[in-house]
Amino acid sequence: MIRESYLNWLILLGLLAVPIWALTADEPFTITLATRAAILALAAVGLNIALGIGGLVSFGHAMFFGIGGYVMGILAYHAQSFTPLDLGAFSIAGTKSMPIIWLVALILSGLAAWIVGLLSLRTGGVYFIMITLAFAQMFFYFSISWSTYGGEDGLSIYVRNGFPGLNTLDPIQFFGICFVLLCLVLFLNARLQGSPFGLALNAARQVPARVETVGLDPMRIKLLAFVISGAITGLAGALFADLNRFVSPTMFSWQMSGEFIVLIIIGGVGRLMGPVVGASLFVLLEHWLGGLTEFWHIYLGTILLLIVLFARGGLIGFLTGKEGAHV
Amino acid sequence: MFEPVLETRNLCKSFGALTATDQVSIDLRPGEIHAVIGPNGAGKSTLIQQICGGLRPDNGQVMLLGKDVTSASTQARAKAGLARTFQISALAMEDSVLENALLGALGASGRPWRFWQRASAAVDLRDRAEAALDRVGLLDQGDKRCAELSHGQRRQLEVAVALTLAPRAFIMDEPMAGLGAAGSKQLTDLLDGLRGQAPILLVEHDMDAVFALADRITVLVSGKVIATGPVEDIRASGAVREAYLGEAA
Amino acid sequence: MSTILIIEQVLNGVQFGVMLFLMAAGLTLIFGVMGLINLAHGSLYMVGAFAAAAVAGATGSFLLALVAALAAAAAAGALIEMVVIRRLYQAAHLDQVLATFALILIFTEGTRWFFGSFPLFLDIPDYLSGPVTLPGGIQYPLYRLALIAIGLAVGAGLWWLIERTRLGIQIRAGENDREMIAALGVDISRLYTLVFALGAALAGLAGALVGAIQSVQVGMGEPVLILAFVVIVIGGIGSIRGAFVGAILVGLTDTLGGIFLPGFFGLFMAPGAASQTGSAIASMAIYILMTLVLIWRPSGLFGARA
Repeated sequence: MIRESYLNWLILLGLLAVPIWALTADEPFTITLATRAAILALAAVGLNIALGIGGLVSFGHAMFFGIGGYVMGILAYHAQSFTPLDLGAFSIAGTKSMPIIWLVALILSGLAAWIVGLLSLRTGGVYFIMITLAFAQMFFYFSISWSTYGGEDGLSIYVRNGFPGLNTLDPIQFFGICFVLLCLVLFLNARLQGSPFGLALNAARQVPARVETVGLDPMRIKLLAFVISGAITGLAGALFADLNRFVSPTMFSWQMSGEFIVLIIIGGVGRLMGPVVGASLFVLLEHWLGGLTEFWHIYLGTILLLIVLFARGGLIGFLTGKEGAHV
Repeated sequence: MFEPVLETRNLCKSFGALTATDQVSIDLRPGEIHAVIGPNGAGKSTLIQQICGGLRPDNGQVMLLGKDVTSASTQARAKAGLARTFQISALAMEDSVLENALLGALGASGRPWRFWQRASAAVDLRDRAEAALDRVGLLDQGDKRCAELSHGQRRQLEVAVALTLAPRAFIMDEPMAGLGAAGSKQLTDLLDGLRGQAPILLVEHDMDAVFALADRITVLVSGKVIATGPVEDIRASGAVREAYLGEAA
Repeated sequence: MSTILIIEQVLNGVQFGVMLFLMAAGLTLIFGVMGLINLAHGSLYMVGAFAAAAVAGATGSFLLALVAALAAAAAAGALIEMVVIRRLYQAAHLDQVLATFALILIFTEGTRWFFGSFPLFLDIPDYLSGPVTLPGGIQYPLYRLALIAIGLAVGAGLWWLIERTRLGIQIRAGENDREMIAALGVDISRLYTLVFALGAALAGLAGALVGAIQSVQVGMGEPVLILAFVVIVIGGIGSIRGAFVGAILVGLTDTLGGIFLPGFFGLFMAPGAASQTGSAIASMAIYILMTLVLIWRPSGLFGARA
């Protein structure tokens, strides 16, 4: 058995070590894989705040991921084509600056989460799952029918966006950006979990009636958690689009939402590092199994079934000997 | 004569053809323990729900400290000074004893939007939570997970969470439920000492506890108040026996 | 815009709606009776379509193809119920979502592995092809009319099954109280398998019927599944009547929105922008409908009040 806090550091170091090794071994593709893992982990950390702490089973987080992606795509598209982005009353110029794109992605996906949360938290349980799924699908079809930004074909960005002082085209530097953001968000998550707000959110999942009777509103607490969660996943979407220099409706797809939940489950629900472990493992499986057989999803599905039926704590639960069987 | 802290006026609630609460008017005065008793199905839980905000009455009013709170939310009533305990412990089982008490303190502080501070390091919350745990004798159990507590300890923690709210009135829904004789005695002593802090509306089946604690008793049968008054009067009137045994006969 | 076009589109909407109803009815029945959210319901739709296409290809008989779709989907449903689903009835929604998501992955890739990635085609039989002339001189495809008739017949059959038969009594009892049906001496696990297989068969039937007007391909089930969720959210979980009303509403909204919204925006916008905006808004029409219902009645039109 391993103490979870030691394991957490080990996991982060592992994710950092792989691309550094790849740099010395001159394996740029491995760096890209590690970057992909870090970004997917970031998206799943976002979801884990809603799902793991708040018990909100959102099957629509691809909606925020996609919003982040399209924020990047649209702003960069207007910058590279030197056309202003017309917003009706006024128009703004596009941008190739990552920090600005991130900020817009955070705000817009948080705003979307606020509206969707307001509607879907009116009812609980299984309605929440179906409503979040439906709203994500709405964005999916909207992006397909919106031909200005590529419709079904998506939108390509020729050059990766810039970050002051860094060469983002260098794989290891871009990995560094994603890794630092992941660490920042993990730190925020850890603080949040131990904070008074985290305490209230945690209780709102377990005993909403109790939260009400001490004078707090469980709905508002869950709504705010959902907004934070959506904003983080939106940030991850902007990075993901930058990694691929491409954004398409696939980022809004239900498979994407499902994969985020899967990442969390593989690692362990509600655990700080669960998404990081899950994302790393997922990218590895995708790469190895996907190289062996084009039908690797059959194996992924089987593994997932076995985890759900027999290993509730995920991999971290298995390694630390704690089941952590909540939600 | 004091103003009642809590009062229901002609409260009525029906579910279809079933009248669960029928013109119920009771009050809770400063410094007293007012017990509400009655057989199963008498409408005690429905009454508590209406007092605490879980159910809207069809008719009638709930007054808290002279204010009409009939249509106020559960949270608003809690903020106005109402603290309830649950018949079936409603505690965050995965969290520690201290964390459960901290939640109450957080509610009382009115400032839940704190994202950075550690909950256990927030002095205002911690002092309040620990004082409440100390009062019920659970201070040394603070780090234990709630799920590991004995049934009796959970009942005590329920009371502690209510205490963190520093309420103006307690509503206790069968606090003795499931307790053995020893546990029941211990909790009775605890509640006995609370009445100075705030009056208690006590819904209870355990008649030993009721007669040991109550200043006044209201007997509820089929949603109606059939008797209310000081303990001796109720004991003498035979209303209790009638209520419980009359049902069986 | 002519009356004939409007009537045609209304019929298209109703046809789409009744097919959605076949999906939503099974989902809502399974949720109502067993409390289970089944994401793999779309896979059963796909199984039905593929079974029909394979049998029609081998025998040339559309009727046999439909029988095969019903049988294959019911069998697949019964199988997953007995192997996986029955372990999930008491589980949290998250577990149900994950396990049935895993089933989607397995079904989807399994079908791709078996049938390949290319779409199959299921032909409309001769006796159902071609248009018919409706009163008022409207030409309308016979097959689509047949779909409407089949959907309505299945709806009536479900109503009869649930309201008038012994099995229906057990199902209704099961929705209210597990212990009560156990006390009635009903074998619950057999009842559950039966209900699940019934829901699966309805999905499979829908897959086969729709497969003949669209193509039969891997991944065809999930978009329909999500629409069926919208139907259930609108109608209210557990209510067959709600599923029917919701399905027709969604079918009409989606079909009519796609036709009329671009024209509507054309009234006050330039033609290019109007068709762009109109089709974008039309793609969101049913979700907007869902939003309005959620604001008005959070637990759906026919759902139990929360």
